Amino acid sequence: MPTPAVQRVLVVLPAWNEEHSLPAVLGEIREHLPDVGVLVVNDGSADATSAVARRHGVPVLDLPFNLGVGGAMRAGFRYAIEQRYDVVVQVDADGQHDPRDVPRIVEQLQHSDIVIGARFAGTGEYDVRGPRRWAMQVLAGTLSRMAGTRLTDTTSGFRGAGPRAVRLFAVHYPAEYLGDTVESLVIALRSGLTVEQIGVSMRERTAGRPSQGPLRATVYLLRACLALLISLTRRRTVVGPAEAVVV
Amino acid sequence: MTGGYLFALVGGLVTLAFMVELLRRRRLREKYAALWIGVAVVVLLGAFFPQIPAWFADLVGVTTPVNLVFFLGLLVLLVVCVQLSGEVSGLEHENQTLAEESALLRNRIETLERHAGLGATEPPVADPGPGGGAAG
Repeated sequence: MPTPAVQRVLVVLPAWNEEHSLPAVLGEIREHLPDVGVLVVNDGSADATSAVARRHGVPVLDLPFNLGVGGAMRAGFRYAIEQRYDVVVQVDADGQHDPRDVPRIVEQLQHSDIVIGARFAGTGEYDVRGPRRWAMQVLAGTLSRMAGTRLTDTTSGFRGAGPRAVRLFAVHYPAEYLGDTVESLVIALRSGLTVEQIGVSMRERTAGRPSQGPLRATVYLLRACLALLISLTRRRTVVGPAEAVVV
Repeated sequence: MTGGYLFALVGGLVTLAFMVELLRRRRLREKYAALWIGVAVVVLLGAFFPQIPAWFADLVGVTTPVNLVFFLGLLVLLVVCVQLSGEVSGLEHENQTLAEESALLRNRIETLERHAGLGATEPPVADPGPGGGAAG
């Protein structure tokens, strides 16, 4: 396993209509993470997201139409393999993830294939209740048992993927709605990859409106439970985690 | 031969002719047309020989042959719908892969252009899609 010094780290920002928050996020990444590669995946934005990213001198993948986070991330993983990056860290372009947490995620990737930046794991505050909370608990409980470690925030979009996970996800990242969070973990665990979480603090979005109201978030989580059930009944991914994946 | 059976006969013949014509003009792929041609042939057989549906209804224990025809008709439609959903899923998957591939290629072209000292390209215009918004 390569040492952290020679590991090439790519921060992927899936961005859909984030022209207002993107400059601050990119600025922070430049400031706190001077050594990492950055890629903005413009997921069919109707605004100037792509132009803003280009002005910051960041490589951009322009998807011709909106694919959702799953599609954007798979494109990111493919780019990472093309450009020979070892590690991919997904960071939201809306500014709710603190880039200063990225080195901790990368460090933890020495021990696990996937590291989730979890909102409930100590640092920060994030409160939900009702059906949304139950759904999150079901997801967390099931995936924790599969992973053999405590996972509290399985729908977090702040996560790092080590070399084996990058190779797996470049081929098998689920593009379906919801697939990017829960189903990707199931695929990874069933392929023999290890998943861990570390606590991160979440911030208010710097600009724009949140993509989900409470009702939509609840529906989202219930659908995530359904997706989890279905993906649990699937056969294991035939492709091996590291060697067999054709790049 | 009653009027009803004549009606079925004409319907089956028209469907059959229509399918063959679509295939001839390459408007329809064989794998989709095959099923409809099969349905048309079955309808034709039933119209020519009314004793076949009657015999079959008796065999499976349905009192009125027409109910059996309705049931089978619904079944065929269900199968076709599921098959088409499957085809659409496959197309979406291929569509996504193509979109990713085109984005990666565009990025490589821009990198090459930069190395070649050509001017910066403007970002492409995104397709807002039929609804103007986006899915999920």
